[in-house]
Order: sequence, then structure tokens, then C-alpha cells
Amino acid sequence: MSLKFVENVKADVTSDIVYMMCPMHLLKLDEQIKELEDRQVLELLTDYDGALEDVPAWCQKTGNEFLGIDEEEDYYKIYIRKASGKPAPALKEVNT
Amino acid sequence: MKRLYFDHVATNPLLPEVFEVMEPYFKGEFGNPLSMYDLGFTAKQGIDKAREQVGALINAKAAEIIFTSSGAEANNFAVKGLAMSRQNDGNHVIISKAEHHSVLNTARSLEKQGFVVTYLPLDKYGLVDPAAVKGAINKDTVLISITHANSEVGTIEPIQEISEIAREHKITFHADGVATVGNMEVDVKALGVDALSIAAHQFYGPKGAGALYLRAGQRILPLIYGGIQENGRRAGTENVPAIVGMGKAAELTKEKLPERMAHVKTLRDRCIEGLSKVEKVHLTGHRTLRLPGHASFVVEFIEGEGMLLMLLSKSIYAASGSACTSKALKASPTLASMGIPTSLTHGSIVFSFGIGNEMEDVESLLTEFPAIVGKLRAMSPFAKEGWRPEDMKTEES
Repeated sequence: MSLKFVENVKADVTSDIVYMMCPMHLLKLDEQIKELEDRQVLELLTDYDGALEDVPAWCQKTGNEFLGIDEEEDYYKIYIRKASGKPAPALKEVNT
Repeated sequence: MKRLYFDHVATNPLLPEVFEVMEPYFKGEFGNPLSMYDLGFTAKQGIDKAREQVGALINAKAAEIIFTSSGAEANNFAVKGLAMSRQNDGNHVIISKAEHHSVLNTARSLEKQGFVVTYLPLDKYGLVDPAAVKGAINKDTVLISITHANSEVGTIEPIQEISEIAREHKITFHADGVATVGNMEVDVKALGVDALSIAAHQFYGPKGAGALYLRAGQRILPLIYGGIQENGRRAGTENVPAIVGMGKAAELTKEKLPERMAHVKTLRDRCIEGLSKVEKVHLTGHRTLRLPGHASFVVEFIEGEGMLLMLLSKSIYAASGSACTSKALKASPTLASMGIPTSLTHGSIVFSFGIGNEMEDVESLLTEFPAIVGKLRAMSPFAKEGWRPEDMKTEES
């Protein structure tokens, strides 16, 4: 899966998980997305390289929209828009 | 002979009510909190409740509590984890000479990894001067770690003033609260700290349980990697009985703290009043800015170990310097920084009181101690000359 870079995305909620390792990026993502309203955007701050593959894959499998990545000096900002109208499948169904 | 335990800074007995809530988790409720069945859920509920209880004791949110195996681990975690999390901003750390070895040696270990550490001196009462903190700050300073109270001399440090300076300079601020949490009012919001270390056995909880308060939004690099325990910040299957016990101990402490403080303060003040009258025995630390149950002295011309042994023969339990320093027979950096000569630091003795002590116990100490000092001095070749209290440096020096 190719990386998609974005700039100046306006997020509704930010979750800072810098220094947290696998699988915290997916657990936090799952937890935070559940708390968002439909179509709201989550900004995930992480320095875990594996998130660059895992988050787009998670979005594809859960139906949420992967907006892209903005690279900071020592961490990534990853943007996800919550899907509307359907609940995300349980995390255990996602193969990482 | 009744055991007179006056070493509550070393540790405290476990309260029966605390043991009672821990016991089921040693027996039937042995589940792993991460397991997705009833045994796991019960264990997780126990931890969640304890997190609320510990948070409530220090006016923190439950999510701001990270359980550790001890206060020492919390200190290691804070100093390493906070400094390393900001290493792109700078490589300078400030601590004081009042720090416990778990902060001091961790800071020393950072020096080997490229950090520069400033060790702030103390005044004659053991106080860190906030102006000195401000003066030590440079553009590379990323972390300040100052103990809330030193357990050798009992002095309570001006944490609130230092936290304001840290905040003004955008520097992360950790305080070692092991000696204070459970022994006096500690409100992390009022103190303004980003992180604070806690140990359960300091407030009648179990050994093997500690915590780090970490302000919401504060980043930290984990010390132990592995699973997702403690929100991914401290891996390892939790010591569930100890954590549950820590929670209960915190709840009881919150409820009874004013009563406990008043009790030990009365004992402390009587001890200080009585022992200060003994010839060439000097109070160390500050007279009023000190832990409620803590009385510490230096005794001229004799060694702490001799006093401890003779006190023990009367079934009186006390300490000489901090636990590590006394075993290494090495001059305490805290006492040395306060200007007390090395010969005198070996005559250090600490009596720390707890809820199990009564006034008559202190009166027994006041009867026995002068006689012990007299006997040891009679044997001491140094008793005719030596250090005098006026040798202690002034606040200006």
C-alpha cells in the first residue's frame, strides 16, 4: 500500500500516543474512533513506524477513511475520518 | 520487651483491612487482567478501582496513574522516561543533592548517555533554593526532578515554587513523592508537577506496589516494553494483589490523614524537644518544614551504627541515614551538602513515627537514648574535641 501524504488537515480530536509501541496504535485508534461522531476526523500522533502500514490497513478493513500522513520531525500525524452509518467491526477481526 | 518501631520512613506494617482486600487475589481471583473471561475481568476491576483510589489520594484522574513495582521504579521511569522523551529539545537535567538514590543514580546513568546533569546544593536545613533552580536552567534544560521531602532529614522542599519556574521555562517537572504521599496532604494539581512518584508501603500498603502520577498529555518513554498493560506505558503482568492493596491503603489514608498527621506530629515534636536537650545532639533538617512523623539528628563523637545496635538491645528500632547509605558506611550526600562534616554525618540518626506508636513509647526513647549516647561517648576517643554546630554553613554560603 502506497503512503499518502497530506498537509493542514483540520482534526476534531487528537490522540497523542508518541512513544507507545505496537499494538497501542491500533487499540487507541479503535478506542478513539468509537468516541467520535460520524464524519469527524481523528489525528493520531505516533512515532511507531508500523503505524504507517497498520493504520491504512485498519481503515480499509473497518470502513473508516484513511486521509493521510503528515510527517513531523520526530513523529507522524495520521488522519482518519470516521465512517458514517455503520459500526466498525471488532478489532480482533483485523489482521495486522 | 515491647518492640518500639521508629523507622516508618523505611517501611510500615500492612494494615489488616488492606490485607483483607488483597487476599482473594492471591487465592481464587488469580486471573490475568488481560484475559477475556470472568477471572480476568475481576482482576481488571480490582486494578481499575485501585487506580481511582490512588488518584483520589493525590487529586489526580485515574488515567493519570501508572502502576509500578515500587517508588524506585517510578523514579527511574520518570527521570529516564521524561528526559529521553525530550532529548530532541535538549540534554540538560537538574536534580538536587536531597534526592534518593533512585533519582540520583538514574540521573548519573543519563550522563553516560550524553545528558548533562546539574546537582543543586542544599542550605543548612536541607532546602533547595528555587532561585538556584532558576539559575541552573539553560536552553538545553528539559527536566527538573526534585524530591518532595528528603527521608534522611525530613525537610519538605518548595515544590510549588519550583514547578512555577519549570512551567515558565517549559521544562518538565518531576517530584519524588515517596516520602510525602500518605504522610501529608499531596495535591498534584496544587503542586503543579508533571509527574510524581509514590510507594504503597509508605502508607500502610504492601511492598511491591508503587505508582507514577503522569499529568494527562505528558509524554514519557517506557522503561519496560512488552504488552499493553498500563496503557502501553509499563509492560508486565500486573501484581494484582499488591495494586489492589495499594488502592485500599490509599482510600484509608485519604479518610484518616488529618488524624494520622496530628498523631505523629505530636510524637515528633516531643521527640525533638526531648532529644535536643541531650548534650551535643543536633536536629538536622528544618524545624517546621518537615515530615509530620520525622525527627532526625546528628550526635557528636559517636557513630550511627553503634547507636542503632544499642537501641536495638532495648528493642528500639531506628535508622541511621538513608537505607542504602547506612549500609555502605558512606557519608550521605544530603548531609554533606548541608554543610555537616563527614565525621558528623556518621553520627546521623532518624526516628520516624507511625500510627502504631504512642506517647509512652517516645518517653521510653527519651529515657533510653541519653544513657546510650553517654555510654558510647565514654568509649569514644573523639569525644574531647570535634565538630561544633556553628561549623554548619550559613544560608548565604
